[in-house]
Amino acid sequence: MDQRGHILIEDVVKVYDPLGAAVMAVDHCSLEIEPGEICMIVGPSGCGKTTLLNAIAGFHEITSGRIVMDGEVLCSTERPKATPGPDRIVVFQNGALFPWKTNLQNVVFGPVMQGKLARREAIDKGRAMLADAGLSGVEHDYPGEVSSGMRRRVEIVRALMNDPKALLLDEPYRALDSLTKSVMHEALLEIYYKNKVTIFFITHDLEEAIFLGHRVAIMTTRPCKPKKILNVDIPHPRDYGVLTSKRFRELIEETNDAVHEEALKAFQAGEKEG
Amino acid sequence: MKKMLANPAFWRGVVSIAVFLILWEIGSRSKQWMAPEFFTPFKGFLGAMGFKKDYLPWVGAVPAPSAVLGSWAAVFVDASYWQSWTMSFFRVMSGFIAAMIIGIPFGLSLAMSRVAHGIGFPVFEVLRPIPPLAWVPASIIFWPTQESAIAFITFLGAFYTIVINVLGGARSIDVRYFQAAQSMGASRTDIFRRVVLPGTLPSIVVGSAVGMGITWEVVVAAEMISGGGSQIGGTRGGGLGFFIWLSYVGGSYEQIVVGMISIGIAGFVSSELLRWLGRYATPWLKAR
Amino acid sequence: MEALPGAPQAGETSRLGLTMFRVALWLKSPRPYLMLIGFALFLGFWYLAVEVWKLPRFREMPGLTSVVREWLSPSPTYGLSIYSAEYYQHIAMSVWRVAQAFFLATALGVPVGLLLGWSRRFKEYVFPVFETLRPIPILAWVPLAIVMFIATESAVVYLAFLSSFFATALNTMLGVQSIDESYVRAANCLGASRWQVFRHVVVPGALPFIFTGLQISIGVSWFSLVAAEMVSGQYGLGYIIWTSYVMVRYPTIVIGMVTLGLVGYTTSAMVRIAGDYLMEWRVRELALAER
Repeated sequence: MDQRGHILIEDVVKVYDPLGAAVMAVDHCSLEIEPGEICMIVGPSGCGKTTLLNAIAGFHEITSGRIVMDGEVLCSTERPKATPGPDRIVVFQNGALFPWKTNLQNVVFGPVMQGKLARREAIDKGRAMLADAGLSGVEHDYPGEVSSGMRRRVEIVRALMNDPKALLLDEPYRALDSLTKSVMHEALLEIYYKNKVTIFFITHDLEEAIFLGHRVAIMTTRPCKPKKILNVDIPHPRDYGVLTSKRFRELIEETNDAVHEEALKAFQAGEKEG
Repeated sequence: MKKMLANPAFWRGVVSIAVFLILWEIGSRSKQWMAPEFFTPFKGFLGAMGFKKDYLPWVGAVPAPSAVLGSWAAVFVDASYWQSWTMSFFRVMSGFIAAMIIGIPFGLSLAMSRVAHGIGFPVFEVLRPIPPLAWVPASIIFWPTQESAIAFITFLGAFYTIVINVLGGARSIDVRYFQAAQSMGASRTDIFRRVVLPGTLPSIVVGSAVGMGITWEVVVAAEMISGGGSQIGGTRGGGLGFFIWLSYVGGSYEQIVVGMISIGIAGFVSSELLRWLGRYATPWLKAR
Repeated sequence: MEALPGAPQAGETSRLGLTMFRVALWLKSPRPYLMLIGFALFLGFWYLAVEVWKLPRFREMPGLTSVVREWLSPSPTYGLSIYSAEYYQHIAMSVWRVAQAFFLATALGVPVGLLLGWSRRFKEYVFPVFETLRPIPILAWVPLAIVMFIATESAVVYLAFLSSFFATALNTMLGVQSIDESYVRAANCLGASRWQVFRHVVVPGALPFIFTGLQISIGVSWFSLVAAEMVSGQYGLGYIIWTSYVMVRYPTIVIGMVTLGLVGYTTSAMVRIAGDYLMEWRVRELALAER
């Protein structure tokens, strides 16, 4: 369980519309993520961090470079598009729970579709995992009937049901208010402590990044490339008390300038959210 | 243009239209291709399913594309053909504009006032399922001239669609636009002019494009019904629907198809015109 | 999402409970009374303009009382009232034709639309022909249909079918195209095959649009049917309306029109209810978000 989920991003370049406008979204980006690590990617809007996530997930092609997970090449210059799969599951910004299935049906979707579990077993496992996450009451509700915070948690359970090596989270808490967000953070950590998956988490919120992550990679504005990598040496398990600790504030001081500088550049370039 | 020619999708489309035309040509020429006799071995099966022998289409009776083209070339130089075009176009435009002049304010008032909506909408919804063509006899009785009778039917056809689209559009305007305007001190008229009207414009454009299609349907039908039903003689000024009806009655099947395609083109042209006007009126939708 | 007082809680509601709640809300609002005012104004104007004030042009029209009297009379002057068997025969004829056209159009139109939306290849081959034929008004097909089909019955059904087919296929295609890409991507991540994505994501996701299309389709079907019946038919509501005009039986014209409206509305409502039944998730979502 411990050596799963090692992600190596090697010298990845992504250029959109190479024969036309030639917009470079990712510029020779290299990053290594340890198994079971929570790696936070912070950067201004439109800088290309979602492109990186999409490349790992297999939604977009890369122009050159390599992405390797656990020794297996996901995509490279020769084969630029990875195949999406249940070893690295994405949790989407605006949520992608299927509105026409109940929460329970959503959660068992993965194992049942892949034929890994019989329906009966999948339902049992699904109910157990939902109960674990404190979501027993809403099994038979439709996603449209529950709050957005709950929806996020159900979506994470849906992903974890497939025993993935890594979770790729694309600003999942962006649309939530900050009170719900802090509760979500603790919930996410709780889930993480029970299932040590690698977490690749994109956000624009520096505090969120430092609170959750083992490491924080601050990216430059487009084209994106790691500008500064911070080791967050606050020990896990963490709780919200960490937010007011001295070490937390020191870490923010160290990195705030870097983040702000990139944010300013993005603002002046008139970047639209991607 | 070069991009279009280089695009493989374009050529696939060309291929399929070509295949369609070839099949049509073959089907029309071989009168035995799908004659009722063809289905004799299947009669038992089809009969059990409720199909009588004469249920299936006889493609052989349809004139071939080559014959249609020939007929079209002949008609091209005939002045009355182009007069039919202008007649139909004129009817479509007048009915449509009337529908917009009455429909847009009506729809907007229903959208703006709860009371007006409560009073007007149910009556509107009850009348809407009655197809405009069902109004033809009533319209002929009521209106003094045949032209005005047709115009009324045309008006009805477009009216319903436009009102529904205006209502839908006004309802979907984000409430925050209203709030922003109010907090900046806008009066009710201001809000109407600067929030409701522009906000509804995209839906009005969509409604117009759909309404235009319906208007053509209605005009053609009305021309056929009132032209075919009454004893009005002569080929002048009947419109394209009347043109088709005359061709049928006169036994010139190729001309029927010519008329059909002409209407199709005319309808497409007017819809495109409208969409172009719409893009001109709503420039903000371009930047997405 | 604040709960209204007395509102059903999420997860506890039955469909019937939801409906009863909404009906109760409606009765308490001013809406039903405004509706009555609207109808009163409309019918009142009709009655006054034709029978009391005898306004020019309106004079010739059949009046409200003559229509109502005829419609409800056990022995109608012109043979059609709610008591006459012939009335129901005509209704049944029209409904049967629309049913044939509608179901055929749905059976063909939905798969075609799904394919047009889902497979780019298919769309490239089929859509150009589709879009070339679609602008031709259905009624322009009448003479050709009469020529093509040996029996007028099939010609009439064919015309109604055509308009339904185009509306259904187009709306289904738009439905597939409007599905948020994230759902497809999520399904891919979760290991679904292409077919599974189609069955579990694309089809349910397009269903709301498909049903909107079906409601339009049935309306359009009635539209074409009436025209076809008026031009060449032997039974049916369109036929009645036209024949009554030709034979100067004016009240029957209105009876035909009103019946058409009622029947058309009912069939539309049936489609809508079928949609609500199949898409329970959407009904709940909309009901709980009602402001």
